[in-house]
Amino acid sequence: MSWTKEQMARRALAEIEPGSIVNLGIGLPTLVGDLLPDDADVWLHSENGILGMGPSPLAGSEDPQCINAGKETVTIRPGGSTFGSHTSFAMIRGGHVDLALLGALQVASNGDLANWTVPGGRTMGMGGAMDLAAGARRVVVITRFHARDGSPKLVDRCTYPLTACGVVDRVITDLGVFDPGPRGWVQVEAA
Amino acid sequence: MPSKIHDLETSLQGLTDGATVAVAGFGLSGNPEALIAAVLAAGVRHLTLVSNNAGSMGLNLATWLQAGIVDRFVGSYVGNNAELQRAIDDGSVDVQLVPQGTFVERLRAAGAGLAGFYTPTGVGTVVAEGKEVRTFEGRRFLLERALPVDFALIRVAAADPFGNARFRRTSRNFSDAMAMAAAVTVLEAEHVVPLGHFDPDDVHLPGAFVQRVVEVTEHADVIEKRTVR
Repeated sequence: MSWTKEQMARRALAEIEPGSIVNLGIGLPTLVGDLLPDDADVWLHSENGILGMGPSPLAGSEDPQCINAGKETVTIRPGGSTFGSHTSFAMIRGGHVDLALLGALQVASNGDLANWTVPGGRTMGMGGAMDLAAGARRVVVITRFHARDGSPKLVDRCTYPLTACGVVDRVITDLGVFDPGPRGWVQVEAA
Repeated sequence: MPSKIHDLETSLQGLTDGATVAVAGFGLSGNPEALIAAVLAAGVRHLTLVSNNAGSMGLNLATWLQAGIVDRFVGSYVGNNAELQRAIDDGSVDVQLVPQGTFVERLRAAGAGLAGFYTPTGVGTVVAEGKEVRTFEGRRFLLERALPVDFALIRVAAADPFGNARFRRTSRNFSDAMAMAAAVTVLEAEHVVPLGHFDPDDVHLPGAFVQRVVEVTEHADVIEKRTVR
């Protein structure tokens, strides 16, 4: 059995504790955000300076000065706040973000994460990925188990350039849920 | 009290060839559009551009790259910025990529009188190459140095003649830190308001970090990814 993208996203939802502060990366993590009900008890953090990010705006009320870190137009929920990047990354590095839900190119069984560039690929830049991976209190990765070329993304040691060392707590894949451990990967749930 | 209010031309006095210029904005959001255009029109060259991602869609800072006036870029994200990608590929721009949190903190440190700081971000990655790593309470940290700049070009919603300013929503991004880091900070204000207009508790950026203010009421404010419900 394997999970669909939506089933993976639903499983990832279960990782979000009530009342927690959560940063969602781009790609599959965005799907998790789409599943959150509008009144969900969660504070979404966007590293460009929002705590309490809301859903997309209604057509006609888009604000070019209210975007998320993916540069998409967003809204801000009641109780939300906006601030500069220095404050936003203080939240991240300082351990005030409870959970970062991130995509990955490779994750190693020692918790190493590679998710910002491939060797010989286009220069993309790491953006806020290294700060999020190093700073969030808990890092959960959501990704397909295999890359497009069929190679596993869950490995013993990453061969791609690292984003951060020893930071990943859990990986949600289409084949189930896996935790890094001292004696290698541990499957904690099957799909 | 002498006013800091300038017109576009005089606001860039002293910005010469070889200058290090920080420009605020997250992609195209919160860009000082008129100041960016004025730098291009002034014909200065060999700039070091300090900006998170150097424009997009051929607009704003991407026009500096197209015109070839940038020698070095310090920022955190290239992504789908075609002009920056081209400049990297043909080697015309020397690119220094910095994790976003380190980028903004290096600017803040420069403005706060600090030589640098130790951060957990980037330990064990390419970012750590050539940098001091120190262990504090069992955790490893990298030494990152302050990033002072000659000019900062900042977009604000409103400013008064002393340079006290307020931002709107996510247009704030790197602005506070860049304003602190710069020898000369120029605000592009959507509105100039009289002294005393802001309640002191409501000032986002105190005038101590600001040297010049230009009022620009019209902006294109192009949305890169319009998402709606």
